[in-house]
Amino acid sequence: MVKFTEDKMKEVQSMIDRYPEGKQKSALIPLLHLAQQEFGGWLSAETMDYVASLLSIEPIEVYEVATFYSMFNLQPVGKHVFEVCQTGPCMLNGSDQIIDYIKQRLNIGVGETTADGMFTLKTVECLGACGYAPMMQLGMHYREHLTKTKVDEIIEECRNKQ
Amino acid sequence: MAKKLLLEKAHVEGIRYFDVYRREGGYQAVEKALKMAPNDVVEEVKKSGLRGRGGAGFATGLKWSFLAKPEGVPRYLVCNADESEPGTFKDRYLMEFIPHLLIEGLVVASYALGSNRTYIYIRGEYAWIVAILEQAIAEAKQNGFLGKNILGTGFDCEIYVQRGAGAYICGEETALIESLEGKRGNPRIKPPFPAIKGLWGCPTVVNNVETLAAVVPIMNLGGEEYAKIGVGRSTGTKLISACGNINKPGVYEIDMTISVEEFIYSDEYCGGIANGKRLKACIPGGSSVPILPANLLLKTAKGETRYMNYESLSDGGFATGSMMGSGGFIVLDEDQCVVRHTLTLARFYRHESCGQCSPCREGTGWMEKILQKIENGDGVKTDIDLLWDIQRKIEGNTICPLGDAAAWPVAAAIRHFRDEFEWHVNNRELCRKQNYGLAHYADEIHVPA
Ligand SMILES: Cc1cc2nc3c(=O)[nH]c(=O)nc-3n(C[C@H](O)[C@H](O)[C@H](O)COP(=O)(O)O)c2cc1C
Ligand code: SF4
Ligand code: FES
Repeated sequence: MVKFTEDKMKEVQSMIDRYPEGKQKSALIPLLHLAQQEFGGWLSAETMDYVASLLSIEPIEVYEVATFYSMFNLQPVGKHVFEVCQTGPCMLNGSDQIIDYIKQRLNIGVGETTADGMFTLKTVECLGACGYAPMMQLGMHYREHLTKTKVDEIIEECRNKQ
Repeated sequence: MAKKLLLEKAHVEGIRYFDVYRREGGYQAVEKALKMAPNDVVEEVKKSGLRGRGGAGFATGLKWSFLAKPEGVPRYLVCNADESEPGTFKDRYLMEFIPHLLIEGLVVASYALGSNRTYIYIRGEYAWIVAILEQAIAEAKQNGFLGKNILGTGFDCEIYVQRGAGAYICGEETALIESLEGKRGNPRIKPPFPAIKGLWGCPTVVNNVETLAAVVPIMNLGGEEYAKIGVGRSTGTKLISACGNINKPGVYEIDMTISVEEFIYSDEYCGGIANGKRLKACIPGGSSVPILPANLLLKTAKGETRYMNYESLSDGGFATGSMMGSGGFIVLDEDQCVVRHTLTLARFYRHESCGQCSPCREGTGWMEKILQKIENGDGVKTDIDLLWDIQRKIEGNTICPLGDAAAWPVAAAIRHFRDEFEWHVNNRELCRKQNYGLAHYADEIHVPA
């Protein structure tokens, strides 16, 4: 069953407190981020219904939002998600070759997860790091100026984290 | 050395923390503003000539003076930190390195507008910056520059950081407001404008990060002094995020009197084209503005030097000019293929369309498909005309400007680089193996010596 710990519930309350009385729905996106982080990296129907109940809104209001924003995963993903930017400025600096290299190293296509559930590869649109291209997002942080060697190091680093 | 107003102190050791920022003269703008009447602060911003740094370049003081002030209704200031226009990464830089500058600007602006609850809406991917901003907010509160009864004036203000979740459209101000209300980022039909009906139906001002940070030097110098920096209606300084095929990509603060040529070739800025290549083309103001070939970038159609300011960059209109936009400066060297680059932008807009208006939803999809076909070596000559036709049908026929923003890059690419599109459809075999730029290594058409 999905349920925030007592500590997390405090965080939930402080999120709701940022808005005037009766405007608790504004906390939906922050809450979905928290839920995704706490409940396995993706949003199941059960998780979304739970979030709806915390905000006293209809489940459909949560589904509507969860399906709109690209950072919410509606399916399980690997433990480490490589989100590689493929927009113009990154492309000018070789993002296509980086994406190909990751595919080859992990032996998966874009949108796929490795059989061991360790890695997912996603392509994303401009992340605001165009001057430090090519780049990808990994968890809460950016990895910039990517090269094949750096990709190798990142894969190694993730494997060691296990 | 150009005058710096925003990033002057950005690299002072520890400037991210309140004590250092304060020691370096921080929060004097708040002290000064809170001794003035709110409307006088608005007047000061009007005098400065500051124009919105989010892309549209609308006069900030004027926008503030439009804010409705009905009795008993709260008003809101929202800081737009969604920064998702390809090529743009200046707000991130400012927030990461000198967060207190934004917080200080927000306190002054909140006071001027009468906002007791101010929100920073930041793109969800900038997750680590949230912590930096929240730390700065907590410090400002501890030191009495934020919270209840600021500096004993009776003015209360709280600032909250709200994370988005991956949607370029939420940078559009009404979509941003929808998102802040916990909904899908569907832009609203205007009017009513946010100044009348914005967040939770209340009067709201939405301003870009850089715009709000610029309020600090405006207060410190006075509006009139600020207006003396720059040229014409391009007052003050502007942050430019430069990327693509240049030697020194990064964020630069310029005073808007320098030429485009100086910006690209001077070691103080981009440091020239990378790997000794030649300049082919540039998108000077973020992905939504027209691409220009090197000759029209450096000189206007009349043969005059082009400068890095609002007026000069748009000289010639869309026929031979471009726009300052968000300041995202994307440089393409001679090896690059304009069709391929435009394809990535078309894909971007298709991905980011909210889907409310058919011309945008369907048109962006078609533009991507046709560009992909041409780039794959499967295009025919009529595809180029079809592409032109589709972009014309989107422009001006949608609820929000994302439709135009998707149409313009495609239009400009065809307008200035039609021969490149034609090369693709006439050399289908070759274009599967080699991109246009490499195949035309010595092409002189777009590459001045
Ligand atoms: C599709 C679209 C995306 C936008 N993205 C941003 C953005 O990321 N940041 C921003 O400040 N303004 C963005 N804008 C402009 C805003 O709608 C608004 O004009 C701006 O935040 C006003 O602030 P300013 O007057 O300080 O520039 C966008 C506009 C559109 C149509
Ligand atoms: S123009 Fe595009 S993004 Fe804007 S409201 Fe219409 S469909 Fe949505
Ligand atoms: S294009 Fe990749 S971060 Fe902007």
